[in-house]
Amino acid sequence: MPKMVFIEKNGNRKEVDAPLGLSVLEIAHRNHIDLEGACEGSLACSTCHVIVDGQWYKKLDEASEDEEDMLDLAFGLTHTSRLGCQIKMTPELDGLTVRLPPATRNMMVDK
Amino acid sequence: MSDSRHVTDVVVVGAGPVGLFAIFECGMVRLKCHVVDALDAIGGQCTALYPEKPIYDIPGHPRIDAADLVRALGEQAAPFAPVYHLGQTVDRLDRQDDGAWRVTTSKGVEIVAKAVLIAAGVGAFGPNRPPLPDIERYEGDAVQYYVKRREDFRGKRVVIAGGGDSAVDWALSLVDVAARIMVVHRRPKFRAAPDSEAKLMALADSKRLDLVIPYQLDSLEGDGKSLRAVIVATLDGEKRRLEADTLLPFFGLAMELGPIAHWGLDLERSLITVDPATCATNLPAVFAVGDIVSYPGKLKLILCGFSEAAMAARAIYPLVHPDTPLHFEYSTTSGVPGAAR
Ligand SMILES: Cc1cc2nc3c(=O)[nH]c(=O)nc-3n(C[C@H](O)[C@H](O)[C@H](O)COP(=O)(O)OP(=O)(O)OC[C@H]3O[C@@H](n4cnc5c(N)ncnc54)[C@H](O)[C@@H]3O)c2cc1C
Ligand code: FES
Repeated sequence: MPKMVFIEKNGNRKEVDAPLGLSVLEIAHRNHIDLEGACEGSLACSTCHVIVDGQWYKKLDEASEDEEDMLDLAFGLTHTSRLGCQIKMTPELDGLTVRLPPATRNMMVDK
Repeated sequence: MSDSRHVTDVVVVGAGPVGLFAIFECGMVRLKCHVVDALDAIGGQCTALYPEKPIYDIPGHPRIDAADLVRALGEQAAPFAPVYHLGQTVDRLDRQDDGAWRVTTSKGVEIVAKAVLIAAGVGAFGPNRPPLPDIERYEGDAVQYYVKRREDFRGKRVVIAGGGDSAVDWALSLVDVAARIMVVHRRPKFRAAPDSEAKLMALADSKRLDLVIPYQLDSLEGDGKSLRAVIVATLDGEKRRLEADTLLPFFGLAMELGPIAHWGLDLERSLITVDPATCATNLPAVFAVGDIVSYPGKLKLILCGFSEAAMAARAIYPLVHPDTPLHFEYSTTSGVPGAAR
């Protein structure tokens, strides 16, 4: 089973199983990682923003124009920012490492 | 104020597709509804996020645009004369001594009902706020998410942040009244109508406005009420200070669970746990349906929400009409009972 690593907001590294074909967002949810994904991967929210480790970023297919458009609505962007719902696990991505951005909105904040 | 206090059978929180169909299902079992939504229009995600997209998995509709589905659901609910309270969030849910629930909205409307049906999706829609320190303190005048009056910007130095239609259209509109317009965007490409983008570029070429690219918002500088400057930064952290009176962040809509988290409901990962047979929550006479609920096997599909709405309406019925048993009837038998006033 391929693995992938999430680096959580507090710096914790969490290595988890990453079944082929699942998206980084789906893998996060299976493992109770705090990545939101409000639109369930339909490219309508940008709340699944992740920062991909530089070495791994180069191995990903380029982001589609639609993904770039949604990234326009995210905050705290970096050179290796992607949307977690658009990255699908492949054998080449075994070991993929992504960081959760510090500035994602917190769904529980009070108004 | 008499028009800010209401009494009804059921308050539906959220006018997304599932909330709308819940009005119909409640109506069919003689329950009257008041409906509250944060958006100014009905339809939830269908209206706010994808009105023009076709949906292919609504039973009986091989293909229907999201906006058309919402229109049809509104029509289907209309005979039951639901009362809509739009453009306001349900902030409080309080239980009265007589067991009824009192719902209070952000506009001060109070609705007392025997049951509450939460169809709040992924939360209330509101502006997608940039997570800048202290931004709330500037909201109102110095930071605005919608332009209310174009005149308010006369002679002002305005920073517009974002790369979509709203950012571009307001830059084009305010350039004639503002003292200075600075458009902050992370990349040179805008998501806007091609001729609007061309106009923006032409204005930038003739120095009538400044494109601040590739930058993103970093922080605000001011006294906590009025703004002195907006600090922006490149992806490499190189900062730039833009002297400004107003910031207009245009980053679309975001959904926030917000107040619902504080009503004492059993939540799991921001979802309300319900009994799948009745959609009852852990609170008495409070039910939940649609994207906001979780139970084993739950699918976040409109069609599942519709089914939940039918079950919840029948579970609510005996709470409102304890002395009149409900006979199960098909709509082909009962027809659509006249407006339940
Ligand atoms: C791009 C996209 C494509 C999709 N395609 C499909 C598809 O093909 N088929 C399908 O079945 N589903 C699809 N979905 C999912 C579908 O839209 C949702 O399942 C559906 O909208 C859920 O309806 P709902 O009524 O439960 O919630 P929502 O549509 O989320 O509506 C909830 C409403 O409640 C309001 N609200 C929340 N809290 C409060 C509060 N405290 N006070 C006042 N108002 C509040 C919100 O403002 C919102 O308007 C898609 C979703 C997206 C984003
Ligand atoms: S989950 Fe909404 S864009 Fe990825």
